[in-house]
Amino acid sequence: MQNQDVTRLDAVATNSAANRQPLYASRKKIFPKRASGSFRQFKWIVMAITLGIYYFVPWIRWDRGPFAPDQAVLIDLSSRRFYFFFIEIWPQEFIYVAGLLVMAGIGLFLLTSTVGRAWCGYACPQTVWVDLFLVIERYFEGDRNARMKLDAAPWSFTKLRIRVIKHATWLFVAVLTGGAWIFYFADAPTLARDFLTGNAVPTAYATVAILTATTYVFGGLMREQVCTYMCPWPRIQAAMLDETSLTVTYNDWRGEPRSRHAKRAAASGASVGDCVDCNACVAVCPMGIDIRDGQQLECITCALCIDACDDIMGRLGKELGLISYSTLNDYNANMDIATRSGTCDVTPELVRNPDGAFSDKLAHFHIGKLLRLRTFIYFGAWSAVGMSIAFALATRDRLELNVLHDRNPQFVRLSDGAIRNGYTIKLLNMVPQPRTVVLTLDEDFSGASMTVAGAEATNVLETEVTLEPDRLKTIRVFVRADPKRLPGGARAFEFVVTDPSTGERAEYTATFNSREKPQ
Amino acid sequence: MSDKHVDEISGVPTTGHEWDGIRELDNPMPRWWVWTFYTTIVWGLLYAVAYPAWPLLTGSTEGLLGYSSRSEVRKDLAEADNAKSGYMTAIKEKSIDDILADEDLRTVAVAAGGAAFKMNCVQCHGSGAEGSKGFPNLNDDDWLWGGSADQIQQTVAHGIRFTKDGETRDSIMPPFADVLDGDQISQVSTFVASLSAPVQNVSLVEPGRTVFAENCAACHGDNAKGNKEMGAPDLTDAIWLYGTGEDAIAAQVRAPRAGVMPAWDARLGETAVKELAAFVHSLGGGEK
Repeated sequence: MQNQDVTRLDAVATNSAANRQPLYASRKKIFPKRASGSFRQFKWIVMAITLGIYYFVPWIRWDRGPFAPDQAVLIDLSSRRFYFFFIEIWPQEFIYVAGLLVMAGIGLFLLTSTVGRAWCGYACPQTVWVDLFLVIERYFEGDRNARMKLDAAPWSFTKLRIRVIKHATWLFVAVLTGGAWIFYFADAPTLARDFLTGNAVPTAYATVAILTATTYVFGGLMREQVCTYMCPWPRIQAAMLDETSLTVTYNDWRGEPRSRHAKRAAASGASVGDCVDCNACVAVCPMGIDIRDGQQLECITCALCIDACDDIMGRLGKELGLISYSTLNDYNANMDIATRSGTCDVTPELVRNPDGAFSDKLAHFHIGKLLRLRTFIYFGAWSAVGMSIAFALATRDRLELNVLHDRNPQFVRLSDGAIRNGYTIKLLNMVPQPRTVVLTLDEDFSGASMTVAGAEATNVLETEVTLEPDRLKTIRVFVRADPKRLPGGARAFEFVVTDPSTGERAEYTATFNSREKPQ
Repeated sequence: MSDKHVDEISGVPTTGHEWDGIRELDNPMPRWWVWTFYTTIVWGLLYAVAYPAWPLLTGSTEGLLGYSSRSEVRKDLAEADNAKSGYMTAIKEKSIDDILADEDLRTVAVAAGGAAFKMNCVQCHGSGAEGSKGFPNLNDDDWLWGGSADQIQQTVAHGIRFTKDGETRDSIMPPFADVLDGDQISQVSTFVASLSAPVQNVSLVEPGRTVFAENCAACHGDNAKGNKEMGAPDLTDAIWLYGTGEDAIAAQVRAPRAGVMPAWDARLGETAVKELAAFVHSLGGGEK
């Protein structure tokens, strides 16, 4: 029986096996080839400097005398002091650190608007440690092809041995990395000894364990995924780039049409660009992208593709810079020339003179292009903040005085009729030396005298106070005054503290309360 | 959803939604991401077993680790007690004068005494120990029973006119309403007032002096400076417990009021009393 009325539906099963998309995808492994060239050289230098700073700074000694630690850089959380060479910061001076953060923020604007994602490509810890982990990987497994071969090979004793050694070395580096961190927070030699003998605080071991894990996982296992999936920086930095920021650019105005058989194609009269499609740029990329697809989110502008391409161009006797740091403006201008303002495909002949040299009309980058209003404003703001911090640091007080007036009772009437007010005075000796300072009562406050609680001398106009090094001292001071010589109500006066040996001086305007005088 | 839109440039299907021409690529999640997700689920389950999690009718499941924020507090308090136990032992064992002579001990004792004061003493003496009519101001330098540290300690420990304590400080001023006539009371009141402030009725001062010498000097002293042994107040100073002026003094002569302060030794223990004395002594009027 056949039913002629059956309507055939134009339907495709959305989740048919053929159409089904995977919900989750494994990472596609990347085997970056070793690059060599000037940018690689530069990156080695940056790596040496940044790692050197990270690992060795806590071990620098800096003599501050017997009353302060001799570690040049120390964040002493338990006694709430931060030491940086000749600078010592108390918690209430954290504004200097806030200033540094503001500088880092504006510096990021400045850096990104000029040299693009240079932070990502050279200085970011993720980049530096991935680079370091790749060095280890290459040492044990060989370069790209050997690694790919090893990865594809079935498990064998040799493969297992190589892998175990590689991961063990990674873990070793990770432990050193996590280990170095804690030395910023305690005296490094002492902590190192305690740590190795099992006597350090549990927090130290926990911190090292966590940082070991993050270093190993981020640097060894996740690598480019940290940048692509986890880091907000690429999104932020991408938003701060403009047409005059330097980015790693494939100059397809001279590279296209790419050809693997350039000579044969040229002989047959076809137009050929400089790109020989050797994929050297793809092989070295630690992010696993093809820069010839244009600027993309994953690109950290490490410039290794520039090195790789320059190497090939050099060997072919062509001009370097097929892949180069270039601004979008220059690129667009040159593309306009190469495509007759977009009316035709890229034609290499258009950017070259008949003798084969590049046309004079081509735009080139020069340092002057970075000097723009935007970069001047960033630089101005950045240096203004920096100079403000420096000025504030140079002129800050190392002797401070805070006065807390008793509020309950406001004043006390004494048996001889005098009025007494109580004050809690905090004297901050912010240098790591003990000193004796002089606390003086305002000389304009006639008929008044003070008594420091616990002191032998009573009703004095000035008194010596001994301050411990790098400490705050709290004293109770009672000031008494003759009511006949008081205006009634509140009267302002000053406490003055001076250090006779240095001439430092701090004052605090306090209030003296007494009964309101009847009208 | 059969309309599968595929992005031309990347060749990746989109989620099928469009916002002003913008579509979202439907890339697969990274594998490690889903493993992280599973890990959080496992973590959540373990947490629910290990820590208090599931609400019950009264309270919640306790968790295998036996954690509770209350026990954490108890532990912290025990640690704090332990940390200051050295000071506490020293305060317990040393005399109050020795405590006050040691800067660290003094600081601890004064702080502890301040806390005890806010619990036990502010009801009468005020939150700033400023007192009020009938309740002495402890900040000033006038002391009925003595202002040295051990005298204050004695007063706090055993109270004043607190009959339940055998060692309490005790004295009573007799009422003079029946002993002196009205004129004499006016005279002696004016004389006493004149010792610390000018008075209107100067003619009453000299007769008042005679009345004072005959009736009052036995306790308050020939010079009216009082006697701390028996809590007789100094009548020459500017501080008056029951009010200033002739009228207030006359009322006190006729029918004296006398405050009672409880003994704190039995209630708070010797250490707390010592701390309270250190605190009161530190308020500004403490004597050597």
